[in-house]
Amino acid sequence: MPDLALKLVNITKKFPGVLALDRVCFELLPGEVHVLFGQNGAGKSTLTKIIAGSYQPDEGEIFIHGEQAIFESPHDARIAGISAVYQEFSLVPQLTVLENLFLGREIVKGGLLDKESMQGKAEESLKRLEFDLDLTARVADLTRAERQMVEIAKAFQEKMSVLILDEPTASLTDKEVKKLFEIIRKLKSERVGVVYISHRMDELRKIGDRITVFRDGKYVDTLEMADADEKKLISLMTGTEYTEVFPTLTHTPGKPVLTVQGLTTASGLRDVTFTVREGEIFGIAGLVGAGKSRVGRAIFGLERITAGSSLLFDRPLEKMNPSKAIKNGILYFPADRHKEGLVLCRSVRENQTLAAVPLFEKGPFIDIGREKSTVRSLIDRLKIRPPHIDQTVNDLSGGNQQKVMLARGLTRDIKVFIFDEASCGIDVGAKRDVYWLLKDYAEKGMAVIFISSELPEILNLCHTVMVMHAGSPCSTMPGSEATEERILAGCFGYDFVNSAQLEIRDDLSGRTVAANAPSQYH
Amino acid sequence: MQSVKRIFITVGVLPFLLVALIILFSLAESRFMTLSNMMTVSRQATYLVMVTCGQMITILCAGFDLSVGSSVALTSIVTAHTIVSLPHPAGGITAGVLVGVATGTALGAVNGLTISLFRVSPFVVTLGMMSVAHGMALLVSGGVPIFNLPDQFNEYLAIGKLCGIPVPLFVASFVVIGIYIMLTRTRVGRYFYAIGGNEEAARLSGIHVKKYNCLAYILCGALAGLTGVMLTARVASGEPNLGAALPLESIAAAVIGGVSLRGGEGSVIGAIFGAILIVLIRNGMDLMNVSSYLQMVVMGCLLVFAVVMDQFRLSLKGR
Repeated sequence: MPDLALKLVNITKKFPGVLALDRVCFELLPGEVHVLFGQNGAGKSTLTKIIAGSYQPDEGEIFIHGEQAIFESPHDARIAGISAVYQEFSLVPQLTVLENLFLGREIVKGGLLDKESMQGKAEESLKRLEFDLDLTARVADLTRAERQMVEIAKAFQEKMSVLILDEPTASLTDKEVKKLFEIIRKLKSERVGVVYISHRMDELRKIGDRITVFRDGKYVDTLEMADADEKKLISLMTGTEYTEVFPTLTHTPGKPVLTVQGLTTASGLRDVTFTVREGEIFGIAGLVGAGKSRVGRAIFGLERITAGSSLLFDRPLEKMNPSKAIKNGILYFPADRHKEGLVLCRSVRENQTLAAVPLFEKGPFIDIGREKSTVRSLIDRLKIRPPHIDQTVNDLSGGNQQKVMLARGLTRDIKVFIFDEASCGIDVGAKRDVYWLLKDYAEKGMAVIFISSELPEILNLCHTVMVMHAGSPCSTMPGSEATEERILAGCFGYDFVNSAQLEIRDDLSGRTVAANAPSQYH
Repeated sequence: MQSVKRIFITVGVLPFLLVALIILFSLAESRFMTLSNMMTVSRQATYLVMVTCGQMITILCAGFDLSVGSSVALTSIVTAHTIVSLPHPAGGITAGVLVGVATGTALGAVNGLTISLFRVSPFVVTLGMMSVAHGMALLVSGGVPIFNLPDQFNEYLAIGKLCGIPVPLFVASFVVIGIYIMLTRTRVGRYFYAIGGNEEAARLSGIHVKKYNCLAYILCGALAGLTGVMLTARVASGEPNLGAALPLESIAAAVIGGVSLRGGEGSVIGAIFGAILIVLIRNGMDLMNVSSYLQMVVMGCLLVFAVVMDQFRLSLKGR
């Protein structure tokens, strides 16, 4: 029997009303990158949390290098050489990078913190990781990508035999991802076993050795990465035959609905002009920080507008705020569903009708019966699981939460939808449902503004694509003429039509633009 | 064991406490489980129930109101002052009641406007208001109670019965039913829950967050004002130190009743039972001759215990 870095036998974990893991077995070899794959809610995160000691299994056994281990806490797991980098950050925003790196394992000399040696150690590990971080900066002041780097650096402070990475590249640029992969390869050569969770196929292909698929808390299959093609994985993951992820748009847009003219905001948008038509899916692409979200937020009244105008049909929209925007038939779905989208502690029903409560009123009271039947039909239509209208949203998986939020638009008369990263952090199955919903909205004649960092979505789903660069639209093209090269060039501020002309060099790294595209576009 | 856990996760620690205390007091004191004592308890409970209804609304919106006690005191003084300075008893009482409720409402409005317009934390604003309102009550009254209220005041609003039901109980039932309907069946209630659960999500859903947040404090103030008037009738004098225990007791009642201090969760029914529990504990301790000083210690512990149990419930839920 080979020496296993980690072996899980028949792990079962129950939450009230849910069987999160059902007799799951898992083996991790030293020096391999083992990918966990499955829909949101399939049990991947629960499994990693059990490995890392955050949860205790109800049944089953854990073996580390052949020896049985019982972890009462993340601390126990860390001592056994298991480090984890989670999707949600475990950093204290008020503390500095250095303080966070050593949180819970401070180096002490004579009862006082030994700042110098901590600083030395931190600098050393950052250098090894080639992360460019200011140790004295407060975490609150860092960008998302930088926080992710701190999170990773924190895990690397310890000697380890197992590393868990849960969507580690979610907000890293391509350069940073490359560095991360180099480090992972180095760790592999040091015989560290890596458990890797990601939904990004290209990435898995690059770094993964084996892949294990989960569905509904059960183990489905383990494949060699080389044998795993996308169609096969998706059908294993969903348990159904593979169907097309992106719907085909068959209809043509009608007359203009929203016209934005020279929009400029205090937050850095400059002179944004575009028109969205009836039934059109209007994609907005761009790098993080290019201002693509801000366009949506500005139209919805969340940004301070300093110049420019927007017209809905022929009516000017002035001094907007969310409540006015919704009254005018404009609805914005934020990128961060937890922070801005959902009231997690309330039910599916209340969340779905939140923007339309007055429409369900009969006299001064809410007509609960009518509300319930509306929500029930939405749940059926969007395949929200489990299909309980009075379940708290918190208990749903990410994909289902997203559907609950996006269904909000179906409860009232909306003319313009603004989707901001509508498929962020949800599995392929849920993504497919979201895309079909979008098509549905568009076919009904609504104008859809689709802001996205995922290039495939932009390429496959839009009638028109606008690429943002540094706060302004750089290029706008019909969806049929959009190519990967052209959009990426637009992201870096170049507009060209013929992809043969691609000879543009990125001023920062000297590599070609396409080669140095940010990871979010892979 | 599983079903006990499920009850605990869904409704919290309250049912267990209630059963345990009723058994304990019934065994320790024979007068506890008598009809006349239960009547006393329900009479006493009405006042705390009303304040708790207001308090829970602010807690639903992820805030709280520390000034409810001082509002009751100031209302009491203003009401008594109005009544004694008007010559005609009936007219004076009517005016006193209206002015009293208006006083509470006005204090709530100041709280609400300061919190929502200037984005100051409810803790600071209502803590300040607690001192301001109590200070004003002492200033107006000179620190001494206002006596010589007409007998009708006490007879109508404290002892009297309406359709066979004691007036305070009648008023409290009215308040409870009203708040219950508001929270479960109207837009206002729905928005309170949404704002407390996630203010940003509520705002992006087109809800006028500031307006409704402010309204929560106004309602809380109005209910404190109403309670102040009713309590003044009960003690038959304007008392500048009335209601000193109410902030703690009302917050404790709401939290024990399952209203989450994080906002967005809780029901009126729970909060009322929380209030009844607290009154039962006070009543039981009174019967057992526990000193009022020790009672204060118990109440403080109870509040902290309730929050600890709420936290524990949350961790069980998350697992």
